[in-house]
Amino acid sequence: MNYLFILFNEIYKILFLLIPILVSVALIVWFDRRVWAFVQKRRGPNVVGPFGLFQTVADALKYIFKEIIIPASANKIIFILAPIVTMTLALIAWAVIPFSEKLVLSNINVGILYLFAISSLGVYGIIMGGWASNSKYPFLGSIRSAAQMVSYEVSIGIIIVNVLLCVGSLNLKDIVLAQKNIWFIIPLFPMFVIFFISALAETNRPPFDLPEAESELVAGYQTEYSGMMYAMFWLGEYANILLMCAMGSILFLGGWLSPINLYPFNLLPSPLWMILKILLLFFLFALVKAIVPRYRFDQLMRLGWKVFLPVSLIWVILTASYLYYFEMLPNST
Amino acid sequence: MLAHAIFFYFFSVIAVFSAIMVIASKNTVHSVFFLILDFISISCLFIMIGAEFLGMIMLIVYVGAVAVLFLFVVMMLNVAQQKDEWFKGKIFTSHIPFGFLISIIIFLELIIVIGGWKYKPNLIETSSIQIDKNFTNTHALGNVIYTDYIHLFQLAGLILLVAMIGAIVLTYRKREGVKRQSYFRQVSREKVEGVTLVDVKSNKGVNLND
Repeated sequence: MNYLFILFNEIYKILFLLIPILVSVALIVWFDRRVWAFVQKRRGPNVVGPFGLFQTVADALKYIFKEIIIPASANKIIFILAPIVTMTLALIAWAVIPFSEKLVLSNINVGILYLFAISSLGVYGIIMGGWASNSKYPFLGSIRSAAQMVSYEVSIGIIIVNVLLCVGSLNLKDIVLAQKNIWFIIPLFPMFVIFFISALAETNRPPFDLPEAESELVAGYQTEYSGMMYAMFWLGEYANILLMCAMGSILFLGGWLSPINLYPFNLLPSPLWMILKILLLFFLFALVKAIVPRYRFDQLMRLGWKVFLPVSLIWVILTASYLYYFEMLPNST
Repeated sequence: MLAHAIFFYFFSVIAVFSAIMVIASKNTVHSVFFLILDFISISCLFIMIGAEFLGMIMLIVYVGAVAVLFLFVVMMLNVAQQKDEWFKGKIFTSHIPFGFLISIIIFLELIIVIGGWKYKPNLIETSSIQIDKNFTNTHALGNVIYTDYIHLFQLAGLILLVAMIGAIVLTYRKREGVKRQSYFRQVSREKVEGVTLVDVKSNKGVNLND
């Protein structure tokens, strides 16, 4: 009986987290398209619902009613598994994201490592989809994306090391609380820029959307997908982008903390600050999509390995030596 | 305790099953996917015994990086056919004694490790490292690796570096007649050198080569 109670309690908590995330993914797709349209002086989706808010719901309904076509030469099991893996991985990572001091599903000691591990697993959905389709464009797309994600993960990992040096703990809550006096975006600003660009590459967003570059590869790894399976890839991608925004706001923008710990700012509940910060980062993501042309692939790899990796490594040494010589190292307990 | 046992058997059954499937499945790419499943369930087991740092690092390093490269190699080399021939062909039998020998050696080693644990249960307590229960996993590991075992740790790093350099040296080929792109020249190109304004006379055309 006791176990059953715990089980239901956990399921309730998970649903309490999961449903808002799915709804906000739907809204964020609309927001993305709106920002994209406004930059290009178009209207964007504005027909379904007020301001076109329900556009994504309409799209999702359309996808649900479309036929799922599985290519004859495809590897059926892996073909079906790929979008499921993408979607699941995009959603389970939210378990450790803290929305306020108490509002977190599971406050684990190695939270940031968990986030990093899950985001590095994200590549499998793409590889599986590309390989199982058994055709040229998806395979090329998946190879591209695997190379891209593996190389940008390295710089993201080293940026995380930078932040961890200032915190002294892998717990996401400690990372946020360490920014009580100053957000890490101020002392580590170059790292924030590199993190932002690496996050763009990690989530296959423009200007680094080479895995699905429509002018070269039709739709990359999604070419053979249709109906709900395509929609799952699509929603999973947006959930991943939101996750990267959440990670950025925890690592650099002080998570749920208000910008100034004074009267008018304190009034807003802390989850709202978190959401505002995620939205701000996502707004930047959407702007970048609208204004920047696509990179060439060799330039992309060069940027990752020859520019970001050395720069972030040098910053690790700088941060470590600064903290050591000025005796500001966080005390380890 | 019951839930713990259920989870333990759940993950270990998956781990053993997928480990068997790695060698038993005929499709090589499937083998790699089973290997990944094996890694994931073993990292879950690590987390269950409280080694959370190790479990996460296992996920990041093995699943996130090593297995991706495995998958790459297997997909590109098209070893699926070879494996199929391996299953059907006659060479299949001649390798059995050798494999048998290696598996017996591994089995004996396992017996020694587990037996040592069984007959001297206080082995961990007598070791020189003091494990403080108040520390988190990461702090405890860091305190040991970067102090007592710093030389071994750096030596391991050096070995990895040498292996990496060796791999690059072995596979590096200098190809003749390949046009290389100089990014510096591409970026620093000015309008003056790229564009010239030519006065074109009507019905005459221009010859740009003079």
